[in-house]
Amino acid sequence: MSFHTSKESGVVVVDVDGQLIVGNRQELKQKVLDELEGGERKFLIDFANTGYIDSSGLGVLVSLSKKIREQGGELRLSNLNEDLRTLFELTKLDTLFNIADSREEALASF
Amino acid sequence: MTGEGASNGQEGGGASPSEVALQLPSDLRVIEAAVSHLVSRCRACSFEGPRLELNFRVGVTEALANAVLYGNQSDPRKTVRVELRVDAEQVVVCVADEGKGFDPSSVPDPTRPENLQSPGGRGLFLIRKLMDEIEFNERGNAVRMVLSRNVPQRRRADR
Repeated sequence: MSFHTSKESGVVVVDVDGQLIVGNRQELKQKVLDELEGGERKFLIDFANTGYIDSSGLGVLVSLSKKIREQGGELRLSNLNEDLRTLFELTKLDTLFNIADSREEALASF
Repeated sequence: MTGEGASNGQEGGGASPSEVALQLPSDLRVIEAAVSHLVSRCRACSFEGPRLELNFRVGVTEALANAVLYGNQSDPRKTVRVELRVDAEQVVVCVADEGKGFDPSSVPDPTRPENLQSPGGRGLFLIRKLMDEIEFNERGNAVRMVLSRNVPQRRRADR
């Protein structure tokens, strides 16, 4: 997995490329936490290029969401494919996260 | 189906095409390749589609990750054994680690409101939701999972 971050309309956008799984989730977590530490409060993680998130990847997203909210910030997710949507629904994480169909829709809703 | 060669042959030996046995090191990095191999074997037996690509792939991946991380504590001296059997009705996967075992009933339901924000506990939950049958041995260091071929395809989770 690789990811790159950019800033769009005051939102830190993280594009994840590849699987978000137990072997690599810490990198993403650390990057977002570093940005949070640096004062950023709006985050969007885009999964257009991600086919798979395992349970520990889901766990990292939950943990980040909590930390961001504790700092008065907000995390949204976008471009989950059908399989990923199913995983979020099964685990009821679709009730915890704000999930947008597209990056544009997510950015517009902040 | 028990008619064709019920041996637990090692991969690459005399195992029939519908049976595979793998011995994996306790290393998370091998899981993706191992699961892809098992998926290929299923496809070779004409088992394909969303139930293979989502249910099987996720269920087996999570079981292997649990075996490596929690069962064997990532101890390089320990291995994880995986056995796959595909027949006309279903696919059966058994995953066994060398750990002390655990009590599967002790893992809380991660979808309960009080647990929803917990970072962990979703692996076993996903296996239970995605596989049709799941059974642990008494010690809790081996799990048998069954996925049937011929049930309606699940396009969306039941709400």
